[in-house]
Amino acid sequence: MAKVSMTVNGKAASAEVEGRTLLVSFLREELGLTGSHVGCDTSQCGACVVHVDGKAVKSCTMLALEAEGAEVATIEGQAAEDGTLNTIQAAFQEHHGLQCGFCTPGMVMSAAALLKDNPKPSEQEIRTYLEGNLCRCTGYHNIVKSIMAASGQDVSALAAE
Amino acid sequence: MYNFEFEKPSTVADAVAALAGDEAQALGGGQTLIPTMKQRLASPSKLVSLSGIAEMQGVQREGASLTVGGAVSHADVAAQATDYPALAEMAGHIGDPAVRNRGTIGGSLANNDPSADYPAAALASAATVVTNAREIAADDYFQGMFDTALEDGEIITGVKFSVPQAANYQKFVQPASRFALVGVFVAKHADGVRVAVTGASEEGVFRWSEAEAALDADFSADAIAGLTLDPSDMIGDLHGTKEYRAHLVGVMTKRAVAAAA
Amino acid sequence: MPKDSGIGASPKRREDVRFLTGNGNYTDDINAHGQAYVHFLRSDIAHGTLNSVDTTAAAAMPGVVRIFTAADFEGVGGVPCGWEITDRHGNAMQEPKHPVLAEGKVRHVGEPIAAVIAESLEQARDAAEAIDLDIEELPAVVDMKAAVAEGSVKVHDDLTSNLCYDWGFVEENREAVNQAFQDAAHVTSLELVNNRLVANPMEPRVAIGEYNRSTDDSKLYTTSQNPHVIRLLMGAFVLGIPEHKLQVVSPDVGGGFGTKIFHYAEEAFCTFAAKACNRPVKWTSSRSEAFMSDAHGRDHVTKIELALDADNNFTALRTDTYANMGAYLSTFAPSVPTWLHGTLMAGNYKTPLIYVNVKAVFTNTVPVDAYRGAGRPEATFQLERVVDKAARELGVDPIALRRQNFITEFPYATPVAVEYDTGDYHATMDKLTEIADLSGFDARRKASVANGKLRGLGVNCYIEACGIAPSNLVGQLGARAGLYESATVRVNATGGLVVMTGSHSHGQGHETSFPQVIADMIGIDEGMIEIVHGDTSKVPMGMGTYGSRSLAVGGSAMVRATEKIIAKAKKIAAHLMEAADADIELKDGEFSVAGTDKSVAWGDVTLAAYVPHNYPLEDIEPGLEETAFYDPANFTYPSGAYACEVEVDPDTGKVSIERFSAADDFGNIVNPMIVDGQVHGGIGQGIGQALLEGCVYDEDGQLLSASFMDYAMPRADDVPFYSVDHSCQTPCTHNPLGVKGCGEAGAIGSPPSVVNAVVDALQSAGKTDVTHIDMPLSPGRIWAALNS
Repeated sequence: MAKVSMTVNGKAASAEVEGRTLLVSFLREELGLTGSHVGCDTSQCGACVVHVDGKAVKSCTMLALEAEGAEVATIEGQAAEDGTLNTIQAAFQEHHGLQCGFCTPGMVMSAAALLKDNPKPSEQEIRTYLEGNLCRCTGYHNIVKSIMAASGQDVSALAAE
Repeated sequence: MYNFEFEKPSTVADAVAALAGDEAQALGGGQTLIPTMKQRLASPSKLVSLSGIAEMQGVQREGASLTVGGAVSHADVAAQATDYPALAEMAGHIGDPAVRNRGTIGGSLANNDPSADYPAAALASAATVVTNAREIAADDYFQGMFDTALEDGEIITGVKFSVPQAANYQKFVQPASRFALVGVFVAKHADGVRVAVTGASEEGVFRWSEAEAALDADFSADAIAGLTLDPSDMIGDLHGTKEYRAHLVGVMTKRAVAAAA
Repeated sequence: MPKDSGIGASPKRREDVRFLTGNGNYTDDINAHGQAYVHFLRSDIAHGTLNSVDTTAAAAMPGVVRIFTAADFEGVGGVPCGWEITDRHGNAMQEPKHPVLAEGKVRHVGEPIAAVIAESLEQARDAAEAIDLDIEELPAVVDMKAAVAEGSVKVHDDLTSNLCYDWGFVEENREAVNQAFQDAAHVTSLELVNNRLVANPMEPRVAIGEYNRSTDDSKLYTTSQNPHVIRLLMGAFVLGIPEHKLQVVSPDVGGGFGTKIFHYAEEAFCTFAAKACNRPVKWTSSRSEAFMSDAHGRDHVTKIELALDADNNFTALRTDTYANMGAYLSTFAPSVPTWLHGTLMAGNYKTPLIYVNVKAVFTNTVPVDAYRGAGRPEATFQLERVVDKAARELGVDPIALRRQNFITEFPYATPVAVEYDTGDYHATMDKLTEIADLSGFDARRKASVANGKLRGLGVNCYIEACGIAPSNLVGQLGARAGLYESATVRVNATGGLVVMTGSHSHGQGHETSFPQVIADMIGIDEGMIEIVHGDTSKVPMGMGTYGSRSLAVGGSAMVRATEKIIAKAKKIAAHLMEAADADIELKDGEFSVAGTDKSVAWGDVTLAAYVPHNYPLEDIEPGLEETAFYDPANFTYPSGAYACEVEVDPDTGKVSIERFSAADDFGNIVNPMIVDGQVHGGIGQGIGQALLEGCVYDEDGQLLSASFMDYAMPRADDVPFYSVDHSCQTPCTHNPLGVKGCGEAGAIGSPPSVVNAVVDALQSAGKTDVTHIDMPLSPGRIWAALNS
């Protein structure tokens, strides 16, 4: 066991963990932040995406000890203190960008990383960027639309809701 | 996953020392190693993280070569290897964005997955794999599927690429894993063209010498129109037959040449 | 102007807030105090004799609580099958025992042999590696036709063969159908495979068993689409726990798509083991484990033949299908290739004579059961492929051939035992022609060709039977359950409502759409209505969500319960206003006396119901709570027409979907936004089946597509924006909402149009000998066809 300390959603967090403890396990089990989900074991589905020092990573494929001293952001830290959804979250709700909700935290965190680097991505850029995030419910239509809307693009010409 | 000791040294020397024990293994970005360990298919007693070693970071141009630190992530190569656009482009299409933020060049080359992209880039670029102990020419480094010239405990501290006059990488992805079903890196150097193929062969990455000869004479897609590879040497699996892979090597090579020329 | 509330509006989904903020409550987010973890030791061979399972060394490993094997399940029932098929000869299907843990033999890769319970999951895995297995490997049988050939290895030694049943439908029509083929002017035949799929909801399955030794109550948290069905099947048939001593909870569930309907061995195990160990037991499936333990879908091999007269009228249809059951019968497996498939073979067409033969076959593979659409996609695929092939053979326009044979008069009794109540197939085809811009296809094809690509257009129709199902009918057909739905509507004193529904939402948005219905009925704000589902202790009874039944059946139960509420509330209002019951009207949340200005508010009446000071106690009881059970009179029959345009790269064989359009008739629509989303998701899965997904075994029964590394899930860049429309509406005539169901349409309607489009593209390049390619249409297969 070794001690790991990091900042999660702006708050200090530390615990004794094993070498093999994954970042996602640390978040879910030590901190009770169960918004990051585990949907596969081959690093493909992206339901566990969080930001580590500002970069999107798959928290199921990173050791907790590798995040020592890091700034970690998870889905739980995205809305304002009063519960107001951030722009991306609000766009997902407005445009029905989620159904069962399981992939959603990873989608939102990936979308946030994309928009940080590319504030107005094209449809194709969004689709390409989401290569590491699987959704089984939406056929991706409304996810792409939500991200376009979150970036300030007019999506009214897309299929009606 | 089996449990293991974890160390995160800050120098190459400390990392080499940490790796000296039995069954210790270096951890790059972990994007292949961690999933493998989850399946309990690897059981190192100690993982030595290379992510905290400053001397293994950075992308530098030195004359005709570009040196990438062994612990540089794919995302950083994509962003920083501006002097070698084909390499940056290739790195920007490995895995997915989150994987590119963690996965490293050293990790990829040490693993030498037969469908990975970096082996093709390194081989086509006549790269030199720099370790804590020596320098290994790419032609000597790749020794078959998941097999390299690295000794136990040897760390890739950097990779020196010869920046070609023209280059391009074309990947046709396996639809599930999005690894290369076939990937072809074509690089035109002053002393000749190199064509490296990944994803296709049971033997791992290889140079397609017939194509190189044809392209040396005429660097155009038409020059290799008549060339074919022997399908019997190719991988055949549920994603593509041997014949299909052999065909795709030709298509991807032509596209790479056309894009590079 | 779109409505902003009630039926026909698209309010934002209220469940989204918790999902978007990481506050969903999925089963794996639940941890019971003192829980132990279970790891299943699963067979890595497809078929073998289990000589011994020695757990001695493993039991001594650190952290091990207890290890279970089949010996611990003596006297415990097998996992039951919920549907019995009677074969062509009047005999019951062959039904093998499905043990919780393997007994005597292992019959597929992934079958659980032993279960290790330990203080941590890793300790359980460590101990599982120390279990000494003696398995004598037997030859495996994977191919269905080989499995029913003389002398085949038997999956179950105690059955007469690997044939589960040989079903004929309608058996009495067999000779007449054969005669019609002899008399036909043209016969088109096609052999095809409906590829085996893995549903892969993004949330893997999880089960947590709990036992209360003080009360002798058992509790199961499980990722199910129908917790009451699990309570019944597991309680009554496996563990012998009466329903009043067993609570099943399915909280937020991360997608189902059919594979979370079924009762699984892991659920029974965790419930059983929690009592045996007297502590909570948790199992979380990994994705790799899911590939070899979740029931798979589809996997049919079919020969279909269509007979036409000299005027291109369809005169008869004949099919011969082999349907894979896997090694054991999953909960509803026998019904999928029979009653959910054969009854749909008329499609949208007035073919007068139809005969369907289905041979269900046991193989050494994971059990196969319903996956989104379940039988109906298989029916639609073969029918819409053979019609397309017939059009090519006859040199007629495929849309014109379809239109010529459309059913146009309703109700319409098909020759395959169902009666379509409503539909307008020309209307959806007209709408499709418009939204898909079919008239612009030639220009788009020219542009593609100029760009070095082939372009193809594929169109198909579909019909489905949803709103499953009339209980008396399905009972006659072999169902061992009723398929009604129940709802309890509880009105609180201050006027808010709680609806306890047996329907289960695992992405469908019931918490938002169900209140829209009640809000309209009463005239109150949707925010006053709360939906409760997924807990057998809160909801009195339920049959769950599958077969696009939630609104048509569950919603109808809710409407009936609300009608009872309104009837009683009117009596209270009549008393308060000293008027006759019959004169009371309810509008916008106000009760009024017809022809007067007297009124009382909804809240005044609900308060009176619970504070009955001025109340007709001699006539009615206090309180406002009503339950209704709704059993549908018929299936519902959504229908539609879909179009797909593809580009094919002739160099690599890669297919890209350039346009996808869907014109559906779902009857009345409650929430258009949610309906669109359901169709999008179904199309995404249908494109996945057509282009990407395939579950593949080798001849030894090893699963080759055993993870997302080899099973290709559709990604965002595999699909385009879809153009969907549901403005064609022929309301269902037999449920109170006039709704038909929309959950499965996209998955049913999309694969044939994709394949039709790819065949069209290849034919446009002169490959006229390519009349069919089996799914998934991988680049390698297309390239091989182009170079055949």
